[in-house]
Amino acid sequence: MKIYADNAATTKMSRTAIDAMIPYMEEIYGNPSSLYEIGQRAKEALEEARTEVAAAINAEPREIYFTSGGSEADNQALRSAAEIGKRKGIKHIISTAFEHHAILHTLNRLEKEGFEITLLPVHEDGLVVPQELEAAIREDTCLVTIMTANNEIGTIQPIAEIGAICKKHGVLFHTDAVQAVGHLPTDVKASQIDMLSASAHKFHGPKGTGFLYVRRGVPLTNLIEGGAQEKGKRAGTENIPGIMSMTAALKEAVAGIEKNSAHQAALRDRLIAGLKEIPHSALNGDAVKRLPGNVNFCFEGIEGESLLLLLDDKGISASSGSACTSGSLDPSHVLLAIGRVHDVAHGSLRLSLGEEITEEEVDYIIQSVREVVEYLRSFSPVWRDLVNGKTPFLLP
Amino acid sequence: MALYSEKVMDHFRNPRNVGVIEDANAIGEVGNAKCGDIMKMYLKIEDDIVEDVKFETFGCGSAIASSSMATELIKGKPLSEAMNLTNKAVTEALDGLPAYKLHCSVLAEEAIQSALEDYYTKYPEKRPADFAFKPTEDPHEIGEAEEE
Repeated sequence: MKIYADNAATTKMSRTAIDAMIPYMEEIYGNPSSLYEIGQRAKEALEEARTEVAAAINAEPREIYFTSGGSEADNQALRSAAEIGKRKGIKHIISTAFEHHAILHTLNRLEKEGFEITLLPVHEDGLVVPQELEAAIREDTCLVTIMTANNEIGTIQPIAEIGAICKKHGVLFHTDAVQAVGHLPTDVKASQIDMLSASAHKFHGPKGTGFLYVRRGVPLTNLIEGGAQEKGKRAGTENIPGIMSMTAALKEAVAGIEKNSAHQAALRDRLIAGLKEIPHSALNGDAVKRLPGNVNFCFEGIEGESLLLLLDDKGISASSGSACTSGSLDPSHVLLAIGRVHDVAHGSLRLSLGEEITEEEVDYIIQSVREVVEYLRSFSPVWRDLVNGKTPFLLP
Repeated sequence: MALYSEKVMDHFRNPRNVGVIEDANAIGEVGNAKCGDIMKMYLKIEDDIVEDVKFETFGCGSAIASSSMATELIKGKPLSEAMNLTNKAVTEALDGLPAYKLHCSVLAEEAIQSALEDYYTKYPEKRPADFAFKPTEDPHEIGEAEEE
């Protein structure tokens, strides 16, 4: 059996998304900035795409800026807010400890440039407490950036409450919604979001394409200088095939949210229940306020990379927050942020289910993980010490 | 290209000499769970020969493969050979390791050294004048340096 369970890393492109791209490579390949027919047809398609993308998140077309993906959108949002803050002489930014590195590394850079950064705790359940956000807002806060849903543990933040707090205090609010768009209903007006980042390849669109929503009236700072594309805010000939494909994928994903999330959530819960049966394991993040396809566990006494390799042998593609899989010495900053200690965080497994997942596949995953964990524990000196009572178990 | 060589994957999937020797007379352990790898080696030494060796490892694919290969390289061999087994020999026998995984082969070398230290502590009269086990402070730095 072959099961792709790493949809949080990337997704398979949908047939609709692939088909939507072809005409803009073969036929309507003109540059949207050109005045002749195939250029102008490309321009029309681009603006239609903008309208459709805007509609998917309840924004206005002129509030959508196409980018090369989520990381670029995150960078531009943060840089822009920082620039606005600098001009007003306010240089305090609030975020969380478990953001994506596109946010955290940009914040590190801003800190070196004189900004003060407050990272809110996300607690054991992986959730921001709105009251703690409100308490952290200061006179000089220029931006709050909190992700809609976490990429590793899938927890969903109270975005509308956060938006209301930011609005009340007159602070700009950006959300990295890369894991959420196309999977959760997204309404920038209802949630009072000023800026939002999204990436096509997380909802069955192509890689290298994404967008940044920016509420009207919020001035953007350019990351890329050049031509007048995207109202002069993002230079470079528009990636028309990518944008058309993303738009088709987004429409399809949004139309299917209700049906898909009900199906995925039921199977996610079956998977969680099955993995919980493995002794000394624990679910990472809140069990309910999480993405419909996300399951993330820690297993005591084993290391994540060897778990992934053996699951791969069984046809299951998954990921882990262990240091060995990241190429760094520390395990996932997300797992550390929710209070998992190093020893346990090394033994993590993320399974992010697709919309097509079946009950049979979930049962196969449960069986396979159970076997592999048992096997790796059979010759783990850490497990031996736990079993013999030499060191205390950290997970029940 | 795959992450690991065929040899590494073979030793990872079918590790040799896995387990515990109940009457081992030399036991070594290196690494720590915080860093994500621990290796434990059990040796049965008789007449200056490694009669038997087994290992237990908590760690990634290359840590398990390195332990397995190291046990194969010293089993049935004289102590002098076990003592001189280098991480380079382990890596070469595995047809190479990615640079950032070289520390796994260092741990394998040091797990054996640590077991020998245990042995010579028990039998000080056998200790060669030039043998002293000093674990690398942070074996991870080895791979890092190679990559630069």
